[in-house]
Amino acid sequence: MDNLNFQSAGYMSKKEVELRRIFLEQVNYIPAGERIKRCIQCGTCTGSCPVSYAMDISPRQLIALFRAGEMETIMKSRTIWICASCYACTTRCPSGIKITDIIYALKRTAMEKNYISQANQVQILANLFVNNLMKYGRLHEGTLIRNYYLKTSLWKLFKLIPLAKKLYQTKRLSLFPKRINAYHSLSKIIKKAQEIDLRITAPPLEYSPEYVGYRTLGEMKLEQRKGE
Amino acid sequence: MKYAYYPGCSLEKTQRGYDQSVREIFKILGQELIEIEDWNCCGATMYMSVKETVSLAVSARNLAIAEKMGLDIVAPCSSCFTVLAKTNRILNQVPEMHQNVNEALSESGLSYSGKTRVRHPLDILVNDIGIESIIHKTKRSLNGLKVAPYYGCQIVRPEKGFDDRENPVLMDKLFNKCGAEIVYYPMKVRCCGGMLMTTFEDTALKLNKELLECAQKHQADIIVTTCPLCHMNLEGYQDRINEIYNTKFNMPILYFTQLLGIVLGLPESSLGLDSSFIPMPQKLKSIMEVQYV
Ligand code: SF4
Ligand code: SF4
Ligand code: SF4
Ligand code: SF4
Repeated sequence: MDNLNFQSAGYMSKKEVELRRIFLEQVNYIPAGERIKRCIQCGTCTGSCPVSYAMDISPRQLIALFRAGEMETIMKSRTIWICASCYACTTRCPSGIKITDIIYALKRTAMEKNYISQANQVQILANLFVNNLMKYGRLHEGTLIRNYYLKTSLWKLFKLIPLAKKLYQTKRLSLFPKRINAYHSLSKIIKKAQEIDLRITAPPLEYSPEYVGYRTLGEMKLEQRKGE
Repeated sequence: MKYAYYPGCSLEKTQRGYDQSVREIFKILGQELIEIEDWNCCGATMYMSVKETVSLAVSARNLAIAEKMGLDIVAPCSSCFTVLAKTNRILNQVPEMHQNVNEALSESGLSYSGKTRVRHPLDILVNDIGIESIIHKTKRSLNGLKVAPYYGCQIVRPEKGFDDRENPVLMDKLFNKCGAEIVYYPMKVRCCGGMLMTTFEDTALKLNKELLECAQKHQADIIVTTCPLCHMNLEGYQDRINEIYNTKFNMPILYFTQLLGIVLGLPESSLGLDSSFIPMPQKLKSIMEVQYV
């Protein structure tokens, strides 16, 4: 049986189980993250999304795919990277699902598992942002944008010259990054936080990996909807 | 009232018009802003890091310093505002996270109990100071000026905050009382794409074209904004939009604090209006010439 190389319904590959584990661990950090169980597939999120036209998988489909045991398809999608985090979907979801945060969780899962997406410029920008912050304590926009285009497209960097010129003329261009004075104490905080992150493994949401579909998350509890 | 001021990275230089005008109108309305000493970037994009303690600790450092000052934070950048508020919410709702963040903060002798409130200047102006007392101090009227109020997506989301999430009205009310005509602007909370202007340029250009188009269609003279990133996208990329879509937009973009500063009789230079790419419309220039005491 172990050698079967096709997947029958209800059986998840090891990879899928691992992706779900990481993702659900992330979801656990989202306040009221467990509401992901309550998606009614109404499509309000997709209809509210200003960039859904440019996505390959709609926000509604993300949740359907997750339920169906297709995490890998999600990991390879353009959708999770093009999301602008505008919270339009989250605001309107009738089931109170924090879709924006779920997409953040998906991004983190993809980063942890090294899925190089089609749109990996988002990761490049995010990494440069983090480097910039670690180095100076504040973001120096000029450095960030320059480094980003040096890595992705020199042509686009060139096309930014008129904008840079205007910024210069209106005294809005800062040429050199400056470190904050408390830089060392900030670094200490970051270092410690990194250590803490390594030791955290939150208990994942309860789920039964042997099932796909609605039953993956175990019995649904009808808890009271809090807040809001 | 006294507040701990968190300008954020964009306001330091690139968007100095917002910084200057916030400081000036707070001063003239008798509010004190004390800049948080050595604040660090709130770490907006760090939410993408693999686990959350780092990003939470980075933004919590600012909250902790403000708590020590005993003051609430004023954050004019929508992005900083949302990130700081989100950090606050998570720390107050997830005790383990709170504990971890405090453990990290203690490395530099800080701790955070969760008390700092994060406020946006628009909220303070309209809900604390109040439109009536602001009107009391106005020196000019915006009579005849047509304004499209653009709130952007983050300022009122994701949780129910100081204004409606689908149809915020605080700026509408404020400027209406100042004499302006608020045009119908159904895209007031539609996202401008934010950082997509860097990573998915085509998509962001389209979003911004639609925002400009909508304002033009309803005959707005200016768009007012509350966020440096929206401002940059709408103002700085107008040329590129014109080039690609063959349009002729020449829409002035002002920060709501700049427009309010004008009404309060402040001079152009102190509001950083000299930093705009697109000159003010004639109507607004004429308004600025009038000065009745
Ligand atoms: S709006 Fe909410 S319930 Fe509807 S499809 Fe999207 S996530 Fe599911
Ligand atoms: S947060 Fe992302 S998915 Fe949701 S509406 Fe905005 S862009 Fe679309
Ligand atoms: S949101 Fe942007 S401007 Fe504000 S502190 Fe963070 S990086 Fe800086
Ligand atoms: S509208 Fe754009 S810049 Fe403004 S808050 Fe939303 S994403 Fe950020």
